[in-house]
Amino acid sequence: MQLTVLLIVLIALTVAGYHLGRSRAVRAVGGRIVQLHSVPAYHGLYVALWAGLPAFALFALWSMTENWLVLQMALASLPERLSGGDISTLGLLKADILNIAQGVNPGRDSDPAVVAAAQHYNDLRSLGDWMVLAIGASLAVAGLVYARNRITSALRARNRVEQVVNWALIACAMVAILTTFGIVFSLVFEAMQFFAKISPIDFLFGLHWSPQTAMRADQVGSSGSFGAVPLFAGTLLITFIAMLVAVPVGLMAAVFMSEYADPKLRNWVKPILEILAGIPTVVYGFFAALTMAPFVRGLGESIGLSVSSESALAAGLVMGVMIIPFVSSLSDDVINAVPQSLRDGSYGLGATKSETIRQVVLPAALPGIVAAVMLAVSRAIGETMIVTMAAGLAGNLTANPLEAVTTVTTQIATLLVGDQEFDSPKTLSAFGLGLVLFVVTLALNMIALRVVQKYREKYD
Amino acid sequence: MQVQTNFAAKSPLPLDAEGTPIKMQARGVKVFYGPKQALKGIDIDIGENKVLALIGPSGCGKSTFLRCLNRMNDTIEHCRVEGLLTLDGEDVYGHNIDTVQLRARVGMVFQKPNPFPKSIYDNISYGPKIHGMASHKDEMDEIVEKSLQRAGLWNEVKDRLREPGTGLSGGQQQRLCIARAIAVSPEVILMDEPCSALDPIATAHIEELIDELRENYTIVIVTHNMQQAARVSQKTAFFHLGEMVECDDTEEIFTNPRDERTQGYITGRYG
Repeated sequence: MQLTVLLIVLIALTVAGYHLGRSRAVRAVGGRIVQLHSVPAYHGLYVALWAGLPAFALFALWSMTENWLVLQMALASLPERLSGGDISTLGLLKADILNIAQGVNPGRDSDPAVVAAAQHYNDLRSLGDWMVLAIGASLAVAGLVYARNRITSALRARNRVEQVVNWALIACAMVAILTTFGIVFSLVFEAMQFFAKISPIDFLFGLHWSPQTAMRADQVGSSGSFGAVPLFAGTLLITFIAMLVAVPVGLMAAVFMSEYADPKLRNWVKPILEILAGIPTVVYGFFAALTMAPFVRGLGESIGLSVSSESALAAGLVMGVMIIPFVSSLSDDVINAVPQSLRDGSYGLGATKSETIRQVVLPAALPGIVAAVMLAVSRAIGETMIVTMAAGLAGNLTANPLEAVTTVTTQIATLLVGDQEFDSPKTLSAFGLGLVLFVVTLALNMIALRVVQKYREKYD
Repeated sequence: MQVQTNFAAKSPLPLDAEGTPIKMQARGVKVFYGPKQALKGIDIDIGENKVLALIGPSGCGKSTFLRCLNRMNDTIEHCRVEGLLTLDGEDVYGHNIDTVQLRARVGMVFQKPNPFPKSIYDNISYGPKIHGMASHKDEMDEIVEKSLQRAGLWNEVKDRLREPGTGLSGGQQQRLCIARAIAVSPEVILMDEPCSALDPIATAHIEELIDELRENYTIVIVTHNMQQAARVSQKTAFFHLGEMVECDDTEEIFTNPRDERTQGYITGRYG
């Protein structure tokens, strides 16, 4: 409640600061705006920022730390006999205090000391909120007055404001980077727990994948072995099959669309092709499982091959179809970006259209095409649903595309949907797999970047 | 190759008024871009081993006419060409003419240097390779060297033939493009403002080169620079609003123009 009031007050003060700063700047030069260093709007923004930013920073800081800070103070008020317990009893205690403070009945008689602590918690919170309201509002007023008094015709308001904007832009860029780091750290942290139970050597080089661990000590048949090689082999096999479909078809489609197709036809074909990218992968999944897999099986058996009903080939083929629009759409863009002057130069020497495309246009577009293919590979490696539905869960180590294989992402998904406690090696192995997968895709992206940089041609 | 034999069986070229054999001839050439008419009936004779300069204000149709000569306009949509254009007496827009063969005989150098993103060597060997002009690597080496020498670039690049052509300076790139055009042994070379993107020294280089190339090739050059036209050409044609106003000896055009518009243009009153 108080914080909402503070927010409204802050917005009002910021808007007021803008107008006050503006009018002050105009008055400072007696209406002759050309004498100002910056146009009046910048003076307005300057005052508004001084009024809004410090108080808003306080508000943000308080919102983030409030719960933790107040809870610590409430815990400190508890008598020694309650707060002296170990971590888990302390956790229960915290939950009790929070529940009672929010008026939820814990369902049993509570210790009067805990009820008192909860009361104390509520009091502290409201006191803290009032204090933040008071401090925030006075900070805003103080900032407004300070900035307004500094306005003279020579004040470099534009430079100051632009500096703040600059920092804001940096902050936005940092959000993306920090999120990535956060994800990596959480992955690394969980993976370390896993590697404490299973040796990394066994994990990375083991040839047998069977993650069933015993939930009870007397359970049979669930030794749990975590050799990840079959998973990575399966991933590579399916990715390879998918690329075998997607790269040639996608590239040819791109060449057709950018070089041969009538613009009218192109305006039809390109969106239709891009619709392929919009189909949910689950739909591709049942297409693969219900249509493609039996078809592959029937075809294989008619020529005397034994094909399992869930095969890497079926999953890979469908995945390849799914990826075609990525390759074709991106390649189409880079082929279109090749300057017409290069084509003219080639035609002017008496080259045919196909010679021009093969020997001039495609080499010039190569960096972009490589980037497109690399993106497609990342997409294929990360794809989960099609494989789950069409290639099965059996961790076979095989290069035969007619057998069932499984992939890293599929395993991660199945490991985390089971009924397992979160500190069993089975669940934790998902994080180990995730980490390795992350490293692999990162390496792929870096290689792609290097390739692109190396062969990039500059057309001014 | 069918076409080649057709050309090979040519009769001796007809001569113009001064006794120069006529390499290419335009009669009533009209060009339309969609509904818009860009050229309104051009008649011109292009003499063998001469340099013909096309001058005129921007948008007057010089480049359009140039691009008709080797059918580069074919790549532009909604572009229609009427009238008669001949190369050695053969209709350039005739049914039995293959644009690929035609462009091998009528080469082109563009306004902006456009080397391929390949090595210097590959830039030159590209044309001869697609036309199967060399059966050996030695032969190809020879073609590359000869072309670069004729373009006056050999001494500057002979030690770095494997480096990308795009790494050369602007003037060198343009000479590379000329060498590339020469490499397929064309009979006519079309140049579309070849010096407009170059500095004065590189321009002087190219102009000298054009004068030397005249011995072996027929050259048609579009230029905005009247001094350049006066320096390099023997014949000059003045274009204005899609018409060819007059075509005569270069000296005649610049000292004694017959048409008022020509005089206005060359004395700098408009354009």
